[in-house]
Amino acid sequence: MQFTLTISTLCIILIFTWRFLGSYITAVYTNKINYLRAAERLIFKALNIDQFGEQSWQRYTLSLVVFSIVSIFITYALLRLQGGLFLNPQHLAGVTPALSFNTAVSFVTNTNWQNYAGETTMSYLSQMVSLSVQQFVSPAVGMCVAVVLIRGIARRESKTVGNFWVDLVRGVLYIFLPLAIVSGIIFVSQGAVQTLAGPILIKNSLTHFSQTIPRGPVAFMEAIKELGTNGGGFFNANGSHPFENPTGTTNLLSIVLMLSIPVALTYTFGKMVGNIKQGFILLLTMAILFAGCLGLALYGESHGSIAISSSHVSQTISGNMEGKEVRFGTSNSALYNIASTQTSTGSVNSANDSYTPLGTTALISGMMLGEVSPGGVGSGLYTILLFAIIAVFIAGLMVGRTPELLGKKIQAKEVKLAGLAILIMPITVLVFTGIAVAIHAGQSGAFNRGPQGFTEILYAYTSQANNNGSALAGLNGNTDFYNITGAIAMMLGRFAVILPTTALAGSLALKKTVPNSLGTFKTDNLLFGGLLTGTIVLVGGLTFFPALALGPIVQSLSHKVF
Amino acid sequence: MLLQIRRSLILCFIFIFLCGIAYPLIGTGIAQTFFHYQANGEITKNGSYLIGQNWTGPKWFQGRPESDNAMASGPSNLGSSSKQLKTSVQQSASKLKREGIQPTPDLVTTSGSGLDPDISPQDAYAQVNAVSKYNHLPIQTVLSLVKSEIQQPQLGFLGSQYINVLKLNTALYKLEQSKNR
Amino acid sequence: MKTNVITPPSESNAQIQSRKGIIGGTNLFDRKIILSSLKTSVFKLDFRVQIKNPVMFVVLVGTVITFVESIAHPSLFTWTITGWLLLTVLFANFAEALAEGRGKAQAQALRKMRSETDARRMLPNGTEESVPASQLLKGDIVICEAHDIIPSDGEIIEGVASVDESAITGESAPVIRESGGDRSAVTGGTRVLSDRIVIKITAEKGHTFLDKMINLVEGANRQKTPNEIALTILLAVLTIIFLPVVVSLEPFGLYAHSAVSITILIALLVCLIPTTIGALLSAIGIAGIDRLVQRNVLAMSGRAVEAAGDVQTLLLDKTGTITLGNRMASQLIPVGNHNELELAEVAQLASLADETPEGRSIVILAKQLHNLRERNINKDHTFVPFSAMTRMSGLDIDGKQLRKGAAQATKDWCVELGGIIPPNLDAVVERISKQGGTPLVVADGPDILGVIGLKDVVKEGIKERFDQLRAAGIKTIMITGDNPLTAAAIAQEAGIDEYLAEATPETKMNLIKSEQAEGKLVAMTGDGTNDAPALAQADVGVAMNSGTNAAKEAGNMVDLDSNPTKLIEVVTVGKQMLITRGALTTFSIANDAAKYFAIIPALFSKTYPDLNGLNIMRLHSPQSAITSAVIFNALVIVALIPLALKGVKWRASSATSTLRRNVFIYGIGGFITPFIFIKLIDLVVTGIGRI
Repeated sequence: MQFTLTISTLCIILIFTWRFLGSYITAVYTNKINYLRAAERLIFKALNIDQFGEQSWQRYTLSLVVFSIVSIFITYALLRLQGGLFLNPQHLAGVTPALSFNTAVSFVTNTNWQNYAGETTMSYLSQMVSLSVQQFVSPAVGMCVAVVLIRGIARRESKTVGNFWVDLVRGVLYIFLPLAIVSGIIFVSQGAVQTLAGPILIKNSLTHFSQTIPRGPVAFMEAIKELGTNGGGFFNANGSHPFENPTGTTNLLSIVLMLSIPVALTYTFGKMVGNIKQGFILLLTMAILFAGCLGLALYGESHGSIAISSSHVSQTISGNMEGKEVRFGTSNSALYNIASTQTSTGSVNSANDSYTPLGTTALISGMMLGEVSPGGVGSGLYTILLFAIIAVFIAGLMVGRTPELLGKKIQAKEVKLAGLAILIMPITVLVFTGIAVAIHAGQSGAFNRGPQGFTEILYAYTSQANNNGSALAGLNGNTDFYNITGAIAMMLGRFAVILPTTALAGSLALKKTVPNSLGTFKTDNLLFGGLLTGTIVLVGGLTFFPALALGPIVQSLSHKVF
Repeated sequence: MLLQIRRSLILCFIFIFLCGIAYPLIGTGIAQTFFHYQANGEITKNGSYLIGQNWTGPKWFQGRPESDNAMASGPSNLGSSSKQLKTSVQQSASKLKREGIQPTPDLVTTSGSGLDPDISPQDAYAQVNAVSKYNHLPIQTVLSLVKSEIQQPQLGFLGSQYINVLKLNTALYKLEQSKNR
Repeated sequence: MKTNVITPPSESNAQIQSRKGIIGGTNLFDRKIILSSLKTSVFKLDFRVQIKNPVMFVVLVGTVITFVESIAHPSLFTWTITGWLLLTVLFANFAEALAEGRGKAQAQALRKMRSETDARRMLPNGTEESVPASQLLKGDIVICEAHDIIPSDGEIIEGVASVDESAITGESAPVIRESGGDRSAVTGGTRVLSDRIVIKITAEKGHTFLDKMINLVEGANRQKTPNEIALTILLAVLTIIFLPVVVSLEPFGLYAHSAVSITILIALLVCLIPTTIGALLSAIGIAGIDRLVQRNVLAMSGRAVEAAGDVQTLLLDKTGTITLGNRMASQLIPVGNHNELELAEVAQLASLADETPEGRSIVILAKQLHNLRERNINKDHTFVPFSAMTRMSGLDIDGKQLRKGAAQATKDWCVELGGIIPPNLDAVVERISKQGGTPLVVADGPDILGVIGLKDVVKEGIKERFDQLRAAGIKTIMITGDNPLTAAAIAQEAGIDEYLAEATPETKMNLIKSEQAEGKLVAMTGDGTNDAPALAQADVGVAMNSGTNAAKEAGNMVDLDSNPTKLIEVVTVGKQMLITRGALTTFSIANDAAKYFAIIPALFSKTYPDLNGLNIMRLHSPQSAITSAVIFNALVIVALIPLALKGVKWRASSATSTLRRNVFIYGIGGFITPFIFIKLIDLVVTGIGRI
């Protein structure tokens, strides 16, 4: 009952953010609002760019890639040098090269995979200027790609797709900073810490127990961590740490923040292409996939784990509590982790590795289906549009016309680019997992035995290639092998998808728009929603079914401990 | 290309200033001004209400196993079909049984943060007998103490019912004090 | 054929069959063709041929690997798998060969016609020489007399002749060809029946219409169409995705201490990649063009056929397409103080010598209304034929000048002769025009008797067909030389969406361009030389075979029957081709789910016997499960060959309802079918194994 209320509240809030945040985002990227024009003007002057000058897709992509590479370098340098810099109350040393590289790539690609424990590895300065900054910038870059693709579909016979610098700056200024400040205040009011004072030593006079409690500027990092679907927490325990996610309110707020922009972007899409119903159908598709995964996870977690039930401890009331916090219980834990794995956030409020096989299947499925339900900030929308192009092409042929998406003909070039973009993720996951399970450096990373160990490795690359960042955290990832292969997987999952996507946007923008008629294959109805869902499930399912069979599926069928 | 690199560098530094320095510092300012208690970790003289501690039973109500090392937050990461998890659950369960406590799932499993400061009402109820016996307190008194410490979900539905172990034990301590006096 | 399937209502299928000439006529599954296709499918087992089809290439490579495996580790299972994989490739080759086979048979028939006749070439000095037809060059002048076969394509520069074109069109009635105008083109291979003509050759050596036709039906230089290319890319993407899926199973299996045999991995790969559509893709394209040939339409490229499916605007000539060729007299309205009988008499007389259909219809009307018999007019009379100058025709008899003609022209003529225009004439003329008729004013010298109302007769059933096209989102535009009033009335009667009145080649061209600027694809028919630019501009230009060479060169299809209504059939075939590809792709992908449920539990049965929980079909053993999946995968190709060659039916209806229907049949059906058949095959395989 309480959980039903939580879900209902979540839905109501999301409907509002869909409608209003969606149209606000539209206003941001169509230059309809400019209340921060003073700040903008200063920045554009410093960059020496004309706010209204547009770029071709090639130029736009080049700017994006160069900016991302520079960001990786700066993040890397700051991590390496943190030992000699200020705001380091624990006097932590510089981060090792392989870990710095992995972490820099991880935060710039919006993955936030963490092969480290934040409280004992990163100085306050690193958390703030190295990691948090990328939590603002990397989702804004994702938004840029989504907006470019939307423009490509919306525009006719246009050679330009917008200006990267303008889109990036406006995204950070108008969307991420204001929303993060407001939500940061809520986090801190609920008990998330926000201080520059170092760890504190406490001594319990009742038990004479003493402990050192690490603290830091957490609450406001938490806000942007969730809002930007980043997921990289201040502490090792991430969203299960009481200082990051202290109450039921912050738990729901986190979920709302993760989902709100990806959900709202479907409205933005509909608005910008002039067909809000189309945006709604995308949202519906996302919702169906989300609900499916959530249902599976809730079912799995409420039925408890084999290890506990075989120890004759009844789990009927609480469900599988291993790795979960009492203040959330299994339902709110499953909801949070599903929201996080389906949005490319990757933060967790409970231990993924200790989920039941069905729960694990649900968590990993969100990613294996391409992170589209609703996916990361920006990336969710552009990825689902890539699937839409494939769905339109296959099904569109069945109406007897060259397939069109919103009046844009889908031809060889579009199929090639969309196909390429969709290929990258599964190939990256399967190839890297294949290598890791075959060699010692990879095998030794697995923490659990049996199929779960395999799942840990499979999950790691699935998460990184999808820029999610969650983990079956038993895996020991801080080795040269995992740091480097992981970084490559993250870069492929990000840039090897972005490149064909912006090329696709450029190609679509150049096209004429075919006018609608009764002979047009409608993409804004339930039938298409069903087809799109089917395409996503089929592509993801067919690609990963054998791998899943060797992991969670066999675990759930066998009822054994390994 | 050079132009793009120059712009990237300038913009990175602008963002470092805006998002990496101004944003957290303004946030810290707001937090320290308006939410001083929360922003510093809800620290009381016996510890933080948000961070679990090691309470030995049955003198005290116990929290979840291994939820006290604040410098190393994190879960056990043992899989749901892990033999190791089964062993550790069985060990915890038999330890509880020795103390006269019927094991509940929360009391035999580790939490996600490894710092869970709370237990569920069921976990407290399971310990009432043992705790009251050890401390020579009437069962009904302890039971009503537990009931009074139950935190309802926020707004009636956000999160689960729970009992903060530090608060419960502090109240238990006060009860003992008043009895001894 | 169901009533709502688009076919010309006036011509049933049977009629089309009967008019089939040299082309067509072969049965879809002619025994001879099947036999030769079987042979060809073996010859096509060539890596250089297969590499063009990425899906089947992977199957062939897989077959070779399992073959090597079978030799290294021979067992009944490995050999069975190898055999069925080979059959999979053969079945794909067979489908293609079958589609090509029909064209080849047709081409052979056409070649026979291109017999080595001699041509009488005229030299610049006026003398003649005899050269083989194949030696003729563009620009040569040849002479043909009665019974000669015209040696090559050309233009008549002198003379008029009746020509038997049945060799090309199948139409046995001879046609008149004459120099000048739009009826001057002749085609090589046709026969002169009478008279003598001088022809200037317009085709390059080896590029005559007949050559093109042979190449076309044979599919010699068939190029992939845009959608076929896009689909091939998609199939390649799906194939590439499944490569790592299968290859990675080797290390995944080893990690779980369960080695997987290469044969099984290849079996899995072949089952997963879209072999069904991969095998039938080229057959679908060939069969599409072939279906047009069956309808006596020659598409110069597959691209044009595909474009026909995309057409959103059809430009249809009024005459012959929407209305019967000729206008018919429908009413007689006297003016001034004349009565209808007087008018009827004069109208009849003025039309007696007029052999045009219009003239005949006036005579018939006069007879129907007033029982006036045709009189013999052997008295002294002069027939005054219609001319563009006078815009009147009639008869001079007994000193009387009887005329009928366009309203303004006839009025002017009467006024010139000193006549007075009856005051109610203009009102009558206007009324007829508004009703969509053509008014012909009848005059006896300066005296105007009345008006004959000529009316276009809209073809029966045409309105329903336009309704269907509208439902399918295709807009129809009528092209007519009539005035806007007349055009509007006919357009309304025929249920056409828009019309272009008083059309000239320029306005026609502008219309096409403006439709295209909106992003629409436009189809049109045309025959005259002045249609050529518009035919070239249109996305689908169907030239009438009776038309000029210029028109035929400009268009991308030629209709041998010269029937403008064909446009609608061309659209149908274009759509069918795309639908068939989409449907089989969907079917192919939807099949994969069942194959997983057959193969995955079998794959790791030793290490993880619990995975047998996925064996929801309860297949007998791991080996029988894999064998059954492979056999199903091969047999489904054969089962779908007829569908690929005939094409999925297209009913003119909205895209959404077409889609819903096809998704249900090929998507849901494609999902369920393999579960049933793999189980059945498993039962059979197990049964055989027991014996």
